[in-house]
Amino acid sequence: MFGKGIRIEGLRKRYGKGDTALDALKGVDMQVAPGEVVGLIGPSGSGKSTLLKCLGAVIEPTAGRMTLGEEVIYDDGWKIPDLRALRRDKIGFVFQAPYLIPFLDVTDNVALLPMLAGHPNAESRKRALELLEALDVAHRAKAMPSQLSGGEQQRVSIARALVNRPPVILADEPTAPLDSERALAVIRILNQMARQYETAIIVVTHDEKIIPTFKRIYHIRDGKTQEEAGEGRAFE
Amino acid sequence: MISLAGRDILHSWGKFVFTGVGLGLLIGVTLTMAGVYRGMVDDAKVLLDNSGADLWVVQQDTLGPYAEPSSLYDDVYRTIRGMPGVDRAANITYLTMQVRQGERDVRAMVVGVVPGGPGEPGQPGYLIAGRQITRSHYEAVADVATGFKLGERIQIRRNHYAVVGLTRRMVSSGGDPMVFIPLKDAQEAQFLKDNDAIAQQRRRTAGNPAFNRPGTPGLLDAVLASQSINPYINSVLVQVKPGFSPEEVAKPIRRWKRLQVYTRVQMEEILIGKLIATAAKQIGMFLVILAIVSAAIVAFIIYTLTLGKIREIAVLKLIGTRNRTIAGMIMQQALGLGLIGFVVGKISATFWAPIFPKYVLLEPGDALLGFAGVFVICALASVLAIRAALKVDPAEAIGG
Repeated sequence: MFGKGIRIEGLRKRYGKGDTALDALKGVDMQVAPGEVVGLIGPSGSGKSTLLKCLGAVIEPTAGRMTLGEEVIYDDGWKIPDLRALRRDKIGFVFQAPYLIPFLDVTDNVALLPMLAGHPNAESRKRALELLEALDVAHRAKAMPSQLSGGEQQRVSIARALVNRPPVILADEPTAPLDSERALAVIRILNQMARQYETAIIVVTHDEKIIPTFKRIYHIRDGKTQEEAGEGRAFE
Repeated sequence: MISLAGRDILHSWGKFVFTGVGLGLLIGVTLTMAGVYRGMVDDAKVLLDNSGADLWVVQQDTLGPYAEPSSLYDDVYRTIRGMPGVDRAANITYLTMQVRQGERDVRAMVVGVVPGGPGEPGQPGYLIAGRQITRSHYEAVADVATGFKLGERIQIRRNHYAVVGLTRRMVSSGGDPMVFIPLKDAQEAQFLKDNDAIAQQRRRTAGNPAFNRPGTPGLLDAVLASQSINPYINSVLVQVKPGFSPEEVAKPIRRWKRLQVYTRVQMEEILIGKLIATAAKQIGMFLVILAIVSAAIVAFIIYTLTLGKIREIAVLKLIGTRNRTIAGMIMQQALGLGLIGFVVGKISATFWAPIFPKYVLLEPGDALLGFAGVFVICALASVLAIRAALKVDPAEAIGG
């Protein structure tokens, strides 16, 4: 077990000041347990990206509280001092496009994070290879990103997100460029990894193909979230 | 931690190598410009070294014989020989002109020397082929840079000379190769007129009543005879006796002979500080401009390469890469580019320097200075790209 999930309470984010101020988040509540994969859906301009950036410690919320496991990240204007280290060690990211570093091979793309955290190169690569094995892309370990298929690239990016054993992974439209079969394969992998590594995974998506697979879904509208039970349809 | 810069360079090595080669050619030009200046200074020093003189006796109030015209009577050397501390003294003339050989002509400094052997002031110090001038007329020793060969006949003014010896690295301060001929021929060559001009001069002299007096027979002939000879030389080169300092020998010559005397140090100051000063400033300006152009090119290349990696930089920042790691990556790439450029530049300059018509002296010290300069320029040039990279918002990786 690598953490105790993520919890946010009354999260607010205001852009600008005075008459031009815009409240993107108006008191968002959310909780994702370790090993759980939840969907976050909502129309454009609903505050989805702002919420993702707050969760990813990329921008700071104006108010509210966020805890990651036992650790308080934000609390009504207070924040932990080193958000960069937090992103590196405790949050994994999976993007719409894999955004692998083009000049590093598959192993080093995954091993880069532990290396940045100060782990020895050999140990980092060993950890990366274990994950690549688990994600069934170990045979492409020495390949460059440009030599991989879209699905392989996405699996490598999932391995990168998992390599530092973060308590939470944020996946931003991870299946958008994939066909149904590959999209479901990615969701299957995310669920499998969430269970295996006790990681809370939040998947931001518009993808109708994968929405029915979530057991729990957060709808975001006008800067507020509403929790719904999902279909939790079997995809295996 | 792996080297991100090294991996990026290895991944897109073609782009780096070709850019480095382009930059290297520019650095090669910069090193060559420095070499041209060093070559000019070396030419000046070689000119002084090869003259074999400790003192240069020239016309009063002139900077002769190289920087300004100087004219002395050719018998002055006799009285100088009698001065205390003087070991040897020899007349010399210098005249830069076109020397013909067959259908071609070569820009050369024609040096008039008293026929003798090596060791005499003004004589070519050593030969690589043939022998020294032994006759008083129509023999020449040429620097190999003239392209003349032993036994060839060359033409200076109206007279022809046989090349009897070849020497090397005997050049003027301007880099023109030297051709040594006997002093009397050189004196004649300096003021030699064509036949029509001589006839015209004789007619004009004869028509002047002051020179053609009926009551003074022989005056006209004497005047005409004086017009047909040149008793002048440009300088007397002096070697001092062991145990005497050049300055202590120069002082009495200045005082009692009413002539200007320069020591080796003073002559070097004249040549480097005055004769080639403008050319040196010109080259200095070129060096400054080339350095600025190189910096601008490196800055532009690194900036463009960085802009092409904005998404990767955003991802690196999002996953927790330190700013100094990203800045280090960009600076290392700039320095890598500089290293490739310097190696290419040094090799290029070494290969093309001998092809230059004038002497290009590539000194290791200049190369080291250039190496340091390239690194400083590349480091400074990368600042723009580093600023751009550090401004990248990690949120760009998320989009939205």
